[in-house]
Amino acid sequence: MKRHLVLGAVSALALTAASPAIAQDVTITNARLVLGDGSAPIEGGTVVISGGAVVYAGPEARTDRPGGTVIDAKGAWVTPGIFATVTTLGLADVSAVGETNDITAGGSPFSAALDASTAINPTSQHILVHKAAGITRAATTTMPSASIFAGQGAIIDLDGDANPVMQARAFQMINLGENGAARAGGSRTAAHALLRAALREAQALAGKPGIPETTEIAKDDEVFLSRFDAEALVPVVTGRQKLYVAADRMADIRAVLALKTEYPKLDLVLVGATEGWLVAPEIAAAGVPVIANGLVDLPETFEQLGATQSNAGRLAKAGVKVAINAASDRDPRRLQQVAGNLVALTRMPGASGMTWGQAFAAISSIPAEISGMGGKAGVLKPGALGDVVMWTDDPLEVGSVPTRVFIAGSEQDLTNHQTRLRDRYIDLDESDRPKAYDW
Amino acid sequence: MYRDKTGGARAGVLITLASALALSACATTGGSPEAASASDGKAAKLAATKPGDPVFASTYKPYPNVATAIRGATVYDGKGGKIENGTVFFSGGKITAVGGPDTPIPADIAVFDGTGKFVTPGIIDIHSHLGDYPSPGVDAHSDGNEATSPTTPEVWAEHSVWPQDPGFTRALANGGVTALQILPGSANLMGGRSVTLKNVPARTVQGMKFPGAPYGMKMACGENPKRVYGGRGRMPSTRMGNFAVNRETWLDAIDYANDPKAKRDLGKETLVGVLKGEILIHNHCYRADEMALVLDMAKEMGYKVSTFHHAVEAYKIGDLLRENGVCSAIWADWYGFKMESYDGILENAAFLQREGACVVIHSDDANDIQRLNQEAAKAQAAGARVGINIPDATVIQWLTHNAAKAMGIAEMTGSLETGKMADVVLWNGDPLSVYSRPEKVWIDGALMFDALNPKTRPVSDFELGQPGEGDVK
Repeated sequence: MKRHLVLGAVSALALTAASPAIAQDVTITNARLVLGDGSAPIEGGTVVISGGAVVYAGPEARTDRPGGTVIDAKGAWVTPGIFATVTTLGLADVSAVGETNDITAGGSPFSAALDASTAINPTSQHILVHKAAGITRAATTTMPSASIFAGQGAIIDLDGDANPVMQARAFQMINLGENGAARAGGSRTAAHALLRAALREAQALAGKPGIPETTEIAKDDEVFLSRFDAEALVPVVTGRQKLYVAADRMADIRAVLALKTEYPKLDLVLVGATEGWLVAPEIAAAGVPVIANGLVDLPETFEQLGATQSNAGRLAKAGVKVAINAASDRDPRRLQQVAGNLVALTRMPGASGMTWGQAFAAISSIPAEISGMGGKAGVLKPGALGDVVMWTDDPLEVGSVPTRVFIAGSEQDLTNHQTRLRDRYIDLDESDRPKAYDW
Repeated sequence: MYRDKTGGARAGVLITLASALALSACATTGGSPEAASASDGKAAKLAATKPGDPVFASTYKPYPNVATAIRGATVYDGKGGKIENGTVFFSGGKITAVGGPDTPIPADIAVFDGTGKFVTPGIIDIHSHLGDYPSPGVDAHSDGNEATSPTTPEVWAEHSVWPQDPGFTRALANGGVTALQILPGSANLMGGRSVTLKNVPARTVQGMKFPGAPYGMKMACGENPKRVYGGRGRMPSTRMGNFAVNRETWLDAIDYANDPKAKRDLGKETLVGVLKGEILIHNHCYRADEMALVLDMAKEMGYKVSTFHHAVEAYKIGDLLRENGVCSAIWADWYGFKMESYDGILENAAFLQREGACVVIHSDDANDIQRLNQEAAKAQAAGARVGINIPDATVIQWLTHNAAKAMGIAEMTGSLETGKMADVVLWNGDPLSVYSRPEKVWIDGALMFDALNPKTRPVSDFELGQPGEGDVK
């Protein structure tokens, strides 16, 4: 009987999968509707998607007309898709299996020039699994390996179709903490010298007069900056591409903020910022958004001595724009759990957390805004992409999962390797045939 | 005291230093070697204490506590029982009574109103490396894998535990963890002895050791040992090599056990302890097919596997695991990070429960140990979605009694039953909700954490004078 139930569910999905991903016109009514902008959920909400975009999201009463297929949510939670940043989704099948892993390229002479958009695998199981967890868009990037520069990250969608890349080369990422120091040759001073040398070269390539051009910066076989990397940094130094800077220590964060005085055009984003709460007013004053580690509360490194789960809440309270860093927990699909934990902190004496609306925004609209997708992703309002998720339960509660996922108006097949294993092992009955025939 | 006296002057210095320390120990144990008379001309006969005599013994004593009762809470007893509007009464460090609202309690004791709150036994993590891989995770602290030989049953995890690891305090305050097993890592086929600790801050590991807990021995299947040693061009470099080395090692241990004249061997003492059933096997093993092979190896050699850890594919052989009485210590959602974790699914725990096999939710992680309750809730929800409805009280059992049973301490802790250790957590809400946190944690009846009182947050030596000392964390 159980088997029947599950197979039924799968075949319904299979039908969806068989049809090409065409945006449907959909109206979802009777929802506990979350807009993603930090506001509280709306009871009896309606969202209307047409032509792949949201045309209405709000109280039921104010809709003119239900369009297309009408889905009665029967009070279920309906939210924008989760926007995950920073991730490596699509860049590895199994991270410990080197052949499948495009996250790092330690043997390459290139660093800043690496371009994640050239390697995204839209049918990676990680993408399929994370789509089934309600993540519809992600900022994904290679990670620093041969130098302090991670390379250029991309904004992707998770619909699994032929075109996962929404925006290639959306940001450059560097590390200016312990990791960057190690990559630069052993100290933070080396990392800062390398960064400044690289930005100077980029300025020269951008036409700034009076600066000599260097072909490469290298030591023995290790290339810290090739000419091609310097070229890749031109959009950074001219402010056309965001610069994500991973830093955790209070002093390191201050050093990042200080870059703005030397290079006023830098469009900075802090990543990690474990000790950010110690310099929250300075970060707020600089107007630098933070993709903050969510629940990191251990002095795992000497740059994280002040780690506390209250970091994100304290930063938000100080007026900093805070998204939750998807890389700070096991997998990006734990973003909802991390956000839920931040809500739980509001009940703990002495701790700082977030309201439910704030916490959900920190995994939807705010990371989208930081990624340059403000108003387009992570939010339900007219003109936004039609990324809508219906949930089994409160989406910040552990165990809550999507029942239906729409990306740009197309309902998604939520089948993946894990759901197929689940269906196969719904029982251990091999009385007729081995499990290999059960599919 | 010193069997090996090579090394002349250097050893002499050591002995001089050691002798002052040894004096008091000798006086109390009466075990000093007989002094030879000067006239017979023989050297003094030196000897260590006998194999099996307690060494590195626990010095833990319950901290002062007051008789305490919690009333009006939802109580999960850790063995699948649930009491609404329940009362938990403990005194003298032990559970005195557990029952409904009518449970009699003395008038002159501390009483907490548990209305809207929940009580569980202290959470137990069967798989932790706190202390052995402490924070900060610098190389100088990397003490969890004696990765110099594929079999190191002679090493004991307790000798690597740094009691000042701030991770212990986080596990207490955020996770309600009152006991935990520290295991050696998985680089080796036989990684060494584990140690079970009370999660109390202490100056020494002996001050944390769980009195009366049996030792465990860590074993590891699969990728890690073959990668570590194969990468050095030595055996094992394959899964078949893993089994060959294991079997040879067990056969040697059996010979040792049968040879009354054998020279003392620390590694073989551990292995013989396993063969005699005194030391429990905790076997890191992801893949179903490998677990089945291990079970046959255990039968061949005459030992029992207590628990498969990281048993990502346990759901494929829940029947076999039930028949063999083996627990599976698992994560809720880890998957896909290495080849042998590729088939990880959220329904693992639920499928095991469906088969009647023993489920334990473990962390293997300094962060997840702070949220084992949430991991269990994820696993429960995954089951419910495919029609396997597991009661909340049973899910709590995964983190308490089942873990205690697999670690051999269920007679002492892991459930709220009269006479057991008063290891108790008061949660500020449903512990299977993301929105709930431990409000108070008692260990042997002593209030070791109270979210409402900042001075009850333990602060390790390492954190003194550092940014965020005493912060909420």
